[in-house]
Amino acid sequence: MPAEAALEARDISKTYGGRRALDRVGLRVERGEMVALIGPSGSGKSTLLRAVSGLVTVDAGPGRISVFGLTVQQDGRIAETVRQVRQRTGFIFQQFNLVGRLTLFSNVMIGALGRLPFWIGLFGAWPHEEKLKAMAALHRVGVSDYAGQRANTLSGGQQQRGAIARSLVQGAELLLADEPVASLDPVAARRVMDTLSSLNRDDGLTVVVTLHQVDYAMRYCRRIVALEAGRIVYDGPAKGLDRALLAKIYGPEFQEALFEEEDR
Amino acid sequence: MSDAVVIPPPPTRPLAQRATDVVVWGGIIVLLLISFGHVDIARVPLLFANSANMRQFGQSFLRPDWTDLATYVSQMWLTLQIALWGTALAVLIAIPLGLAAARNVTPVWIQQPIRRMLDVLRSVPDLVLGTMFIVAVGLGPLAGVLALALNTGGVLGKLFSEAVESIDPKPVEGVRATGAAPLQEVVWGVLPQVAPLWTSYALYRFESNSRSATVLGLIGAGGIGQVLFESISGFQYERTAAIVIVIVVAVSIIDLLSQAMRQRLL
Repeated sequence: MPAEAALEARDISKTYGGRRALDRVGLRVERGEMVALIGPSGSGKSTLLRAVSGLVTVDAGPGRISVFGLTVQQDGRIAETVRQVRQRTGFIFQQFNLVGRLTLFSNVMIGALGRLPFWIGLFGAWPHEEKLKAMAALHRVGVSDYAGQRANTLSGGQQQRGAIARSLVQGAELLLADEPVASLDPVAARRVMDTLSSLNRDDGLTVVVTLHQVDYAMRYCRRIVALEAGRIVYDGPAKGLDRALLAKIYGPEFQEALFEEEDR
Repeated sequence: MSDAVVIPPPPTRPLAQRATDVVVWGGIIVLLLISFGHVDIARVPLLFANSANMRQFGQSFLRPDWTDLATYVSQMWLTLQIALWGTALAVLIAIPLGLAAARNVTPVWIQQPIRRMLDVLRSVPDLVLGTMFIVAVGLGPLAGVLALALNTGGVLGKLFSEAVESIDPKPVEGVRATGAAPLQEVVWGVLPQVAPLWTSYALYRFESNSRSATVLGLIGAGGIGQVLFESISGFQYERTAAIVIVIVVAVSIIDLLSQAMRQRLL
């Protein structure tokens, strides 16, 4: 009997008005792994990631998703345990999804909502040690100097690292990052990827990240899962991903995806 | 040469369009002619024929009687307090109703009935509500406060819900993904986004309630309106003039203050 997986999705499908975004996908991620999901736009990688956090409900049927053994959804229904799962799961969005008018500090404190009693979270009466935890998280990702600034006054890279700090305050054991660097310039993108990589290596967090740029996936992740038209077409070590397969997945223009960085 | 340049004739509007114009404008003119007699337009010349009366009326206005200024100011202050409490209670009503009437926060089977209820609140004139509350709680400021609270609650509830419907859903999703409870999603994801707009709407309603509260005084809901009504019905135009000046000054000050505050918010 293998140890409880960090993430297990079995036989899940998702249909958007006749179009199959996910077609009987299965994925198992062990604790401590750092996995990249790649594939062209519309291949279903974002849908898969969002389904793991219960932000997307998959089609009714045999499909089941669980995180750390807790059910997220099955048979097309979000489970009661979803909030427990979300508390242990940090979600990093392409557009950061911080609340622009709140300070970076308040945004990071929001990560504590799931852990603290309801009324304390509702009125923002954060205990002192929680505030210290938030500052430590901001320091960990290198943006503690901007704690008092409104989130919408910060650059994309700073906001994205703030979003990662929010996950740290949650005490997340699993990080789901949906195109975390797609809206960032190359330098900011590398810093965010370095941060994710260090959280995986040094703090033992499990990281699943969807990426547009194949070169990032190959550089930062040992395991790569490639999707095409809602199906998993490759699941294995980064080294095993060859040009022929990439050309098949991305079409003849795959060179752009692969060498996006070097072209600049 | 035969290939002379043929310039097309200027465009003409199609017959159907011209016919519509005739019907619309003709209809408006016919309506105006029908209403001419009913609203006594024929008596306009009286405006000039009775100019002696008008002059006397105007002259009394030029000599405002300030003897009871202290009363006017304190009654004006009472009117503003009616507006203040009416608006504050309205905001308390409008926050839960505004959220409950927003499509993106509340399921449609709750949202639609709440919307309709707000429509009803809004469509009852505050003079009618005022009369109703005078029957219920007697003459005095409380009736005015309650009337303003209900009517403004309906207006603000609708405006608040429209502000909620136009928010960016992404930050809310970000809060949801941390494992927050639904009410916490609203407090941390929705409220920060609508706060400036909500405050601005509430201030604007306070401005217009300062004027409405004056009118409510006319039906016995206390404040400067009541004093105004008494002096007009007693043909004391000098006193009326002083009261009107007090009202204009006070309402203008409120307008200016609240406008300045709203501009800083947005």
